[in-house]
Amino acid sequence: MREMSKIIRNVTNLVYGFIIIFGFYIIVHGHLTPGGGFQGGAVVASAFAAMLISYGQLNTKKFLNINIFSLLESCGLTMFIGVAFLGLGTTFFYNFLANSGSWFGNIVIPGINAGDMNTAGVLPLMNIAVGLEVFSGLGIIVLLMADGAEYTKKKEKAENDR
Amino acid sequence: MIGNFPYFAVILLIGCGIYILMFQKNLIKLAIGINLIENGINLFLITLGYRKGAIAPIYTQAPSGQAMVLPTPQALTLTSIVIGVATSALILSMAMMIYKHYGTIEVNEVRRLRG
Amino acid sequence: MKKIIFVIAFIVFFSFLVVSAVNMRPFGNPTFSEMDDYFIKNAQSETGANNVVTSIVFDYRGFDTLGEATVLFTTIVGIVALFRRITK
Repeated sequence: MREMSKIIRNVTNLVYGFIIIFGFYIIVHGHLTPGGGFQGGAVVASAFAAMLISYGQLNTKKFLNINIFSLLESCGLTMFIGVAFLGLGTTFFYNFLANSGSWFGNIVIPGINAGDMNTAGVLPLMNIAVGLEVFSGLGIIVLLMADGAEYTKKKEKAENDR
Repeated sequence: MIGNFPYFAVILLIGCGIYILMFQKNLIKLAIGINLIENGINLFLITLGYRKGAIAPIYTQAPSGQAMVLPTPQALTLTSIVIGVATSALILSMAMMIYKHYGTIEVNEVRRLRG
Repeated sequence: MKKIIFVIAFIVFFSFLVVSAVNMRPFGNPTFSEMDDYFIKNAQSETGANNVVTSIVFDYRGFDTLGEATVLFTTIVGIVALFRRITK
């Protein structure tokens, strides 16, 4: 994949950070507004895909590292299972933080309300874990498929030249 | 009859997907067919949980006094969408590897070239 | 000959789909909704989340999400193994 024109690169530079921040906003507000870990992770991964398309695959590899992504993905899945295990005093996947008064433990007013960030127990933690896993996983998929396409094109060209 | 219009959208999607899977030989087209079937199933699940005139099941600043649609099909559709993304990524990667090995993505030519 | 059999099978399958769509219950009023009404009524007090769908995904039906996260992880492991020789 070659580098695209200067206009596209500049617009991507401008928008990149905002897309990532919007994705993390969706992840963190998963228990209050439409959205959650999967959707926000997909939004963040779309920022990586835009970077890959506009800068080409060789330049993108300088600042998006597959090893870091795979580390983040393993961390996300381990954190998800770990949070699920923390409730094991009662059952697996027990929501032990909800309505407890500590972290994310404010008591919510039933019915329609304005939304309090500090509620919902373990759900925000699980949203963050799943969001981490999804965006790093989709980033790995996008980067690896770009690599594979580049390799196939190079091999095809070599066979045509021969 | 006209009230069942969403179900006809669903069977149109599923029918197109099945048609592609039965009559096409291109691996990319097969992936498109599988995705069409999957989107039809997702639309069917969402359709089953709809209640007339109801709002999304989120309490943050919702309009008061309205019914809410059924939340369980939406949650299961969320699961289904992510699994669909995973399977289609795997299918496309397999298609890329097949193209790299055999130089073609037509299913019936793949076998003939090099066992 | 093979194509004719395929066409007949497709027509049979599609007519089955059309018949079942005509006979479905009318759009917009679910028949059984006791479980969902329970969720809508009690999700806020039991899990503290305003978003009922999130509270179902991560709390009531957490095992589904666990399996689904495992499927995603396995897929990515598979893709990394497929492209292992290329990306070296």
